Amino acid sequence: MEGYCNLFTTRSRQTEEYIRTLPPATSACDSLARKNSMVVVSRSNYLPRFLNSLIIAVGSTLLPVGLGVMAAYAFSRFKVPLKDDLLFFILSTRMMPPIAVAIPIYLMYRELGLSDTRLGMILLYSAVNVSLAVWLLKGFIDEIPREYEEAAMVDGYTRLQAFRKVVLPQATTGIVATAIFCLIFAWNEYAFAVLLTSGTAQTAPPFIPIIIGEGGQDWPAVAAGTTLFLIPILVFTVLLRKHLLRGITFGAVRK
Amino acid sequence: MAQIRVTQLHKAFAEFTAVQDSTFTVRDGEFFCLLGPSGCGKTTTLRMIAGLELPTSGQIFLDDDDVSFKRASERDIAFVFQMFALYPHMNVRENIAFPLVSQGLPRAEIDHRVQEAARTLQITGLLDASVSGLSSGDRQRVALGRAIVRKPLAFLMDEPLGALDAEFREVMCRELRALHDRLNATTVYVTHDQTEAMSMADTIAVMNKGLIEQLGAPMDVYERPASVFVADFIGSPSMNFLPFETTIAAGAQAVNVSGATLGMPELRENVEMRKLLYGVRPEHVSFDDNSSLRGEVLGSEYLGTSQVVTVALSSGTTLRAKVDADVPATRGDQVGLRFNASAVSLFDQASGRALRTARDDAASYQRPRGYGAQHG
Repeated sequence: MEGYCNLFTTRSRQTEEYIRTLPPATSACDSLARKNSMVVVSRSNYLPRFLNSLIIAVGSTLLPVGLGVMAAYAFSRFKVPLKDDLLFFILSTRMMPPIAVAIPIYLMYRELGLSDTRLGMILLYSAVNVSLAVWLLKGFIDEIPREYEEAAMVDGYTRLQAFRKVVLPQATTGIVATAIFCLIFAWNEYAFAVLLTSGTAQTAPPFIPIIIGEGGQDWPAVAAGTTLFLIPILVFTVLLRKHLLRGITFGAVRK
Repeated sequence: MAQIRVTQLHKAFAEFTAVQDSTFTVRDGEFFCLLGPSGCGKTTTLRMIAGLELPTSGQIFLDDDDVSFKRASERDIAFVFQMFALYPHMNVRENIAFPLVSQGLPRAEIDHRVQEAARTLQITGLLDASVSGLSSGDRQRVALGRAIVRKPLAFLMDEPLGALDAEFREVMCRELRALHDRLNATTVYVTHDQTEAMSMADTIAVMNKGLIEQLGAPMDVYERPASVFVADFIGSPSMNFLPFETTIAAGAQAVNVSGATLGMPELRENVEMRKLLYGVRPEHVSFDDNSSLRGEVLGSEYLGTSQVVTVALSSGTTLRAKVDADVPATRGDQVGLRFNASAVSLFDQASGRALRTARDDAASYQRPRGYGAQHG
């Protein structure tokens, strides 16, 4: 309890005499603080940081999955010139640790005015996620027989409509799996968040460990922050577990 | 329903030529079969008619409309896939209604047409079932339902029975033909199974290596094969070929094959010295101890009412005879062979072409390459 109070508030130490002059405590946290000769001064930055994390993680999931599913479809179905080289190039972006390019990115972002902005973080995480998304989704889309789209096209649909009505619903499993991977990466990312965000766009991971309490690190608050931080991913994964477990074509095509 | 006219159709994939100069016409209401071994170009031809592949050259007409390079969705043709391609995320009703939804028809109209199609195929009870639980026969019916519900100009079917069990295939064969007769639908049917083609088709086009080898009614194709390939491919067990080399003139009624004089229908063309094949179907071979052509029985396959006896001739050629089951034939027996001369075909060994004989006088089929666009 104390941890959560410390997590969501900032407090200042006051004298007993001063506290006695105050009106009665309005919240549980306030009364808890007063027992330790402190008063709640304001809300902490945890909620805004948590919100940043949510926005950035969702953005850097939707964007690469959206781009990835279309790119993967194209790679899977069309004759793309230099297809193998392009796919290797996309994969190769994952071959070095992203932190190796931290300094150029830092300089670039400062120049472009993207440092410490949510958009900048979404773009950065998307760039990392998109290669994963293309490769994962290509595998899933390769598994969907072409006959489905061909049937839809013969039945009077354009390729784009066939993609939307026939391919996408069947790629759900793959899309969900890819989305979970992308979300987890963006949600947990620490190194770039420390480097590129400090205020308005700071995410929860760099914020949690620096919660300072009375006499140094406030471990109960850190624990509380971390626990809360786990919940959204847990909920997301549990909600989508049905799709994760479902087979890909579940037997409508006999192979 | 419409007539499909294909002229000089050609399709090449990089180095590989899949279809060469195909020309044929499928009449309105006809059941047309493209028959051939895998890789012969029959499916590619079908996919070009559907618009799923574009031809390298040549034209495809639906009635008088040149659709060669139109999108599949603009051709108003229904396609039944071998793998059925039922959308697993929709139930039977939604699957059948899918082509109608694209046309933006009102709901009531869609419901009515789906019901009607389901009644035709006797699957009304399955409409709300999920497609993943269906038997392969029911899936086949749903796939057909999706094709007929739209009342398209033509049906294209790519080995629709290939995924079914053998016994069920026969049932579906009859159902398909009955459905075709009821709807009077122009149908192009691709198969590698000659019995399917023979039992269902009005016209068969036998394809090999991208070329149409012969185009004709099932009976023509069977009885008057235009090439060695057709003779060999159609019929089970397949035709026997006895090689020989000679010069013969038009009017001849017998040839000398490895010492024996064998009858044949009167020849209608002159043949200079070259290698020929004497072709006779197993059912036109019989045993006759007075015959000068003799061979040794290698074995026999018992088929109930008949048996297929394999006989080795002294020349080393083996041939098969389909005779009554009660004819004695044990391994090692010496037998004399007689051929039904009026049912014999002669082929040029180098080109594979059939020589013209009296049997062709009444023929309605067309020869490979040089044939015209009309038939029947």
